[in-house]
Formats: sequence, structure tokens, C-alpha cells
Amino acid sequence: MTAALTLTDLVGRHGQLQAIKGLSLTIAANEVLAVIGANGAGKTTLMRMIAGLHPVAEGGILLHGSPVTKMPAHERVKAGIALSPEGRRLFGDMTVAENLMIAAENGRKGDWTLATVCDAFPQLTPLLGRLAGGLSGGQRQAVAIGRALIANPSVILLDEVSLGLSPAAVEGLYSSLAGLKGKVTLIVVEQDLTRAMGFASRLICIAEGVLELDGTPATLTRQQITDAYFGIHKAEEPSHA
Amino acid sequence: MLDSLIQGILLGGYYSVLAAGLSLMFGVVRFINLAHGDMAVLGALGSLWLVQSAGVTVPLAIVLTLLGMAALGWLMQRFIFERALAGGFLIPILVTIGLGAALQNGMFAAFGSDTKSLGAHIGNLSWSSWELPGGIFVGQLPVYMFATAVLVLGALHLLLTRTAFGRAVRATSTDAEAASLCGVDPRKVHRWAAAIAVALAGLAGIFLAMRAQVTPFSGPMMLIFAFEAVVIGGIGSLRGTLIGGIVLGVVQSLGALISPQISILAGHLVFLAVLGWRLMQTTAADRGGWRTALAAVLNKPDLARRKV
Repeated sequence: MTAALTLTDLVGRHGQLQAIKGLSLTIAANEVLAVIGANGAGKTTLMRMIAGLHPVAEGGILLHGSPVTKMPAHERVKAGIALSPEGRRLFGDMTVAENLMIAAENGRKGDWTLATVCDAFPQLTPLLGRLAGGLSGGQRQAVAIGRALIANPSVILLDEVSLGLSPAAVEGLYSSLAGLKGKVTLIVVEQDLTRAMGFASRLICIAEGVLELDGTPATLTRQQITDAYFGIHKAEEPSHA
Repeated sequence: MLDSLIQGILLGGYYSVLAAGLSLMFGVVRFINLAHGDMAVLGALGSLWLVQSAGVTVPLAIVLTLLGMAALGWLMQRFIFERALAGGFLIPILVTIGLGAALQNGMFAAFGSDTKSLGAHIGNLSWSSWELPGGIFVGQLPVYMFATAVLVLGALHLLLTRTAFGRAVRATSTDAEAASLCGVDPRKVHRWAAAIAVALAGLAGIFLAMRAQVTPFSGPMMLIFAFEAVVIGGIGSLRGTLIGGIVLGVVQSLGALISPQISILAGHLVFLAVLGWRLMQTTAADRGGWRTALAAVLNKPDLARRKV
């Protein structure tokens, strides 16, 4: 079975700064991957590069074996990649239903429709007629995830899922997200380590644009993750200390 | 007084069509087209050329002009405006000033500086009128033009609010990057918006050619009227643009009642007053369009909510 997503020596720049420094990663189909890392580690840049919003300076991206490196973002949606971006980026002067319809009309055809998305995220149903600009943080995040889902992606990227949300809202979102496991490849950027370890089947940690750690929640220790998070290296790599 | 009011409202239809293209271009593509008035004149002179030199009937000339202008808008967006937009905020202004100057002098070279009018080619429509009770005469042509303006803007409003294309346009105007994450190609949306905007300029030009005279250098004045109607009515709202056009028409018409010499000035003064008021409401307007701004001013969030 081909991998859902293959990143090869990916380099992404912000001007002179290398935000992603030759990152390689293979993600299996229907895997649930949590991405953790400090602020400025390059998580969002990586998500934006996979979605086609940030140019790939070097390296390549394969989606189910076919190259998408040069594809603009709207074509990647049609190829099966959907990103729920940092900051949600809803269309504030449009209703929730319209926000979802845009992605449904321009994305791929499949099982996810307005009705099935509302089944998976019941909190959306009473909001459909409301303007997206007037929603709470948790509601906005649910709409943003619904908007990514309704494009019927095979790979779904969720940037900063729980950032700025109340614990209750986070709990509600993750219990809805649990229903997606096994149906799509799920890549989640999550600041909450406990949450990430409890939800994902695989966990990677990025520090300063480099893949520091890659493993499963069962095999990784908290100490390993904390070291990777802060870019602390053991004696075998003194040059970085 | 009532007579002036009615004539002013009818004149407002022309202004709102002229302004709608400018507003659409700014609202969706975030591009200020300073050659908008000159494109309207191009539409006017183009349709005149079709009628006078190519021997085409007036209705066919209108259709051909609108299609030609739409194609021109698409091509300009594709080959000129996209590149200009990538160059920062100053480049589009310089590019469209230059384009306007080139258009003016190009039309001067091609058509000469004689004032021209389509009025001679539409038979007695240019002077026929209806008499309303109270001895008020309304010209048939202004009434037809106003009706066309309301129909066109209404259709455009439905297109933007009720169709998939319209949703894509509104999404792109709010956040082009987020729209691309929903599978919308923002560049494609921008090109079609430009096509519609320039076709609207062409329609306004045809209106002008029918009701008055037009010279290759009429464009800048039309641009000013378009800007005034847009500012009075609010950017990015077609209903606002229609109201803005009507307000401008009515004010000019009422101003002429005081003295014919202050007709245009009255329009400018109302524009300045509204601009001043709007500047004070900038923070409110930042929250998204005049409806939300009004709701924010009145502190009634319910007003900002629309039914699906």
C-alpha cells in the first residue's frame, strides 16, 4: 500500500530564514499523526507547505504516490488534501452553511455532505444560519474542521486544534474527531502533549525546522519528548549542545 | 421639486451601474481601477463605432460591446492587473493611470475628438416621454435606463448571494487564501469579477452615449462620479451602490434647482460629507461591510445576521 503522504528533504523558507530544513517523513494511509513543537519550530509552515500555501524551496511532496509539489492550493484540495488553518480563517460575513457549502461545491465528491458533517459535529446544526464572524472560538474551530472535512479529503491537516479554546470545547472537538479515525489520514498540530499522546497513533516533534523525534505514544517517554521539544540533545551529539 | 427628485432618481440608475463595476473590482479583487471611466468611454465609443461605421443595429451593438468589454476585462486581469497587484499597492495605481491616459489618447487617435451620441440612432426614444399626473414629464429613455440598472444590479446581487459562483466570489473577497483551501481558484474568480466589472463600465458608457454626448476625454469625470457613488453607498454592497448612485443623482438634480452651476458641486459636497462621516466610522466598517458596520454602530448584532 502506498503511503498517503511522502515528504522528501523538504525545505521551506521565509525570506533568508529556513523554517523547514530538509524534512523527510512518510505517513501511512489512515494514520493519526500528532505534530508537536515549540512556537516557531516550523509546524505551521510545514502544514502550509503540504496544503500548497507556502512554496516548497527544495524537496518534494507525494500524495498517494503522485507528486503535488508544484500544485497550487486549490488543486491540492481537489487531489485530496484539506487544511483547517491556524486562526480558523472563516468567511466572517457569510453564514456557517455558506462557509461549508463553498468547500463542498469546490472540493471533491464523497460521503461528506452538509448532513453528514452535521451528524459528526452536532454542535454545527443550530449554527447553520448564523454569520461565522459572530461565533465563539470553539464554534469557529468546529466550522473550520467541518469545512475541511466537507471537501472529502483523503488527508486532513488540522493546525492548532485546541489553541484558544476552553477545555470543554476541546473535549467536544476531540470526541468528534475520534469518529474520523480510520476513515482519513489525520495530521493534527497540538500543543497539549497529553492530548496529543492520547489521541494519535504516531507522534512527531519538530524543533527549528528539523524532525527531532518520531515514534508512537506507547514507546516514547515524556522525557524524550520534552528534550526533543526544547531541542536538547544527549552526549552523542555534542555539537548541538 | 418633485420633478427634480424623479429626474434625479432616474439619473441615479446610470451612476449606480457606473459605480458597480468600480465597487466590484475593489471589493473582490482589491484593485482600484483608475481607468474605469475611460473603459466606460471605450464602451460608449465602441458601440458608436459599431452603429455608425460597421452598420450594426443598436441592440446588437449593445450586446457585442458588452461581450467585448467583458473579454477585455478578463484579459486585462489575466495579463496586466494580476502582475500589477503582485507589485504592491502603488503599482496598480500607476498602471491604471497610465492605462487611462493611453486609452484616452488611443481613442482620440482612433475616433477623433468630435462629441458623439447614440441619441440619433435610437429614433424617437431619445425624446419620447410619459406625462405623470401633476404635469411632470419623465423621459422614456431615462426610465428604461433606470429599469435596466435595477435589473442588472438585482441580477448581480442574486448571482453573488444565491449561486456557487457568488459564494466563491464573496469568499475570495474576504480571504483569498482561505478560499483556495476550499478548492476555489482565486485568480479565476478575480478574472471573472474583472470581466463583469468592465462589462458594467461598458454598459454605463452605452447609457452615457444614449443620453448625452461623449468625447474620448470624458472618462476622468465619469471616474469621479463612480467613486462618489461608491463612497456614498459603501464599498462591496450592490444595494449600497444603487442607493449611492441614486443619492448622487438626486443631489445633483436638486442642486441644479438652486442654480445649474452648482449641480455637480452639490454632488461633490455630499460626497465629502459622507466621506467625513465614514472616516469616523472606520473602526466599525473594519468589521466587514456596511451592514455589519451599521449593526455595530447601532449595537444590534441581530441585524448582522442573515437568514440562509
